[in-house]
Amino acid sequence: MAAIQISNIQKRYQSLQALGGVSLSIEEGEFFGLLGPNGAGKTTLISILAGLNRADAGTITVQGHDVVTDYRNARSKLGVVPQELVFDPFFTVRETLRMQSGYFGIKNNDKWIDEIMENLDLTNKADANMRALSGGMKRRVLVAQALVHKPPVIVLDEPTAGVDVELRQTLWKFIARLNRDGHTIVLTTHYLEEAQALCNRIAMLKQGKVVALDSTAALIKRISGSQLRVTLASSGNVALPSSLRDKIITHETPSDPRQFILRVTDYGHVESMLCEFRLAGCVIEDLQLLQADLEDVFLQIMEG
Amino acid sequence: MTNMTGFNTLLYKEVLRFWKVATQTITAPIMTALLYLLIFGHVLEDHVQVYPGVRYTAFLVPGLVMMSVLQNAFANSSSSLIQSKITGNLVFVLLPPLSHWEIFGAYVLAAILRGLAVGSGVFIVTVWFANLSFVSPLWIILFALLGAAMLGTMGLIAGVWAEKFDQLAAFQNFLIMPATFLSGVFYSIHSLPPFWLTLSRFNPFFYMIDGFRFGFFGKSDVDPLHSLIIVTVFFILLATIALQMLKRGYKLRH
Repeated sequence: MAAIQISNIQKRYQSLQALGGVSLSIEEGEFFGLLGPNGAGKTTLISILAGLNRADAGTITVQGHDVVTDYRNARSKLGVVPQELVFDPFFTVRETLRMQSGYFGIKNNDKWIDEIMENLDLTNKADANMRALSGGMKRRVLVAQALVHKPPVIVLDEPTAGVDVELRQTLWKFIARLNRDGHTIVLTTHYLEEAQALCNRIAMLKQGKVVALDSTAALIKRISGSQLRVTLASSGNVALPSSLRDKIITHETPSDPRQFILRVTDYGHVESMLCEFRLAGCVIEDLQLLQADLEDVFLQIMEG
Repeated sequence: MTNMTGFNTLLYKEVLRFWKVATQTITAPIMTALLYLLIFGHVLEDHVQVYPGVRYTAFLVPGLVMMSVLQNAFANSSSSLIQSKITGNLVFVLLPPLSHWEIFGAYVLAAILRGLAVGSGVFIVTVWFANLSFVSPLWIILFALLGAAMLGTMGLIAGVWAEKFDQLAAFQNFLIMPATFLSGVFYSIHSLPPFWLTLSRFNPFFYMIDGFRFGFFGKSDVDPLHSLIIVTVFFILLATIALQMLKRGYKLRH
């Protein structure tokens, strides 16, 4: 049984088609990345999953429980860290966590609350009012709130947006531990290096549709491969040979027309590519073989 | 399947929320009601007698108590919801497995508790100024509970509907305040001209206050059973609307 099964979800806001038939299956124990530019529909999809928004069509189940018709079971298995930095100014950190625990039907949860606070370095802020916390500390409380009921599926909607390195490391260490313990993690982030380092599998959304879905390694290998950065000397032809035009990814520095980044699907092709440059009368000033990363894949897919 | 712990927690949170700012939510409205009593009582004590044998200050006390109950019950649920919506922390109530019944029950019960807390406070500070009788305490309790429940429900509807403080203030100032002031808190509707007398009979707040006052004096403008039926019907109607709004996620789950 899938941890999350998303089937043909559609959502429209007046004239804007936010989600145009998204289907995904996220397996138990996965660390899954949901990527896309602003407005791609990531938060809308998470909001529908969490019951905060209603889909126009389609279904989502969490561990087999429909998020609309069987919302009690679905929500009790889901922990969501919202993107917005929201808090209730009337209460302390401990009160906030006890209440969130109670909403999920759990009484006397202090042992687990203490453990979460310790893992997120919140222990010395337990009795501080939420208003008195810094932005980073408030973000930690948001994460703690999502975990109070030990949900088997945890959704983090841009949890590290605008937070310092220390919190990122603390957070990822704790989340990675939860993932090792069997929790399914769904992450949306604009920090692609984080997604590459943490996620086993990634879906990319563009204008409300899934445009890529694969394991992180396969995605990098299949779509982008390696890259060759070539800078041509002014003494020769500085135009890209026409035979290599289908391999160009980008001019790395648009202001320097002599520099090109080319896709290399097989290292054996490098020699023939250099030969094409020579035949076109180009003189190579600098040459670097780069390993593609998720950011390259992302840009390639989003620009494609 | 019910989530009683969830319901109890939300109720506790709503009570703790107003209790933590008790100066604003309890003491201030008690002070306001006391000022009303001192000013109106002083000015009108020797000039107005509504019921034979009942002095004006004594007539005024139950009206002020009930007005405080109603206004504060409304204020509790409406302000809590609008604040949570605007600051975004309502998400913590929408994410857990809480049903529309549990959310409704917790918000309305907390509103009733605040209304009764303020009403009790107003009664304690004003009772010394009047010679009150308690002909039928059951009617007093019944109308206080029903009135607070009805206004708590109205507050919930207003809090869900409003998208900014301005809209809620309009609801409060152009609907709740006139309805409470024109409900016979300070006078008997029989002293009104025919047009206003007829209009008052369409005001549900009038029946709450009239029935509540009957519990003290055994006298009222209309039969308390008649008032009870009207208030109960209004409460059921409003509760149905509020529950439907919560169930459908009106302005909450987009």
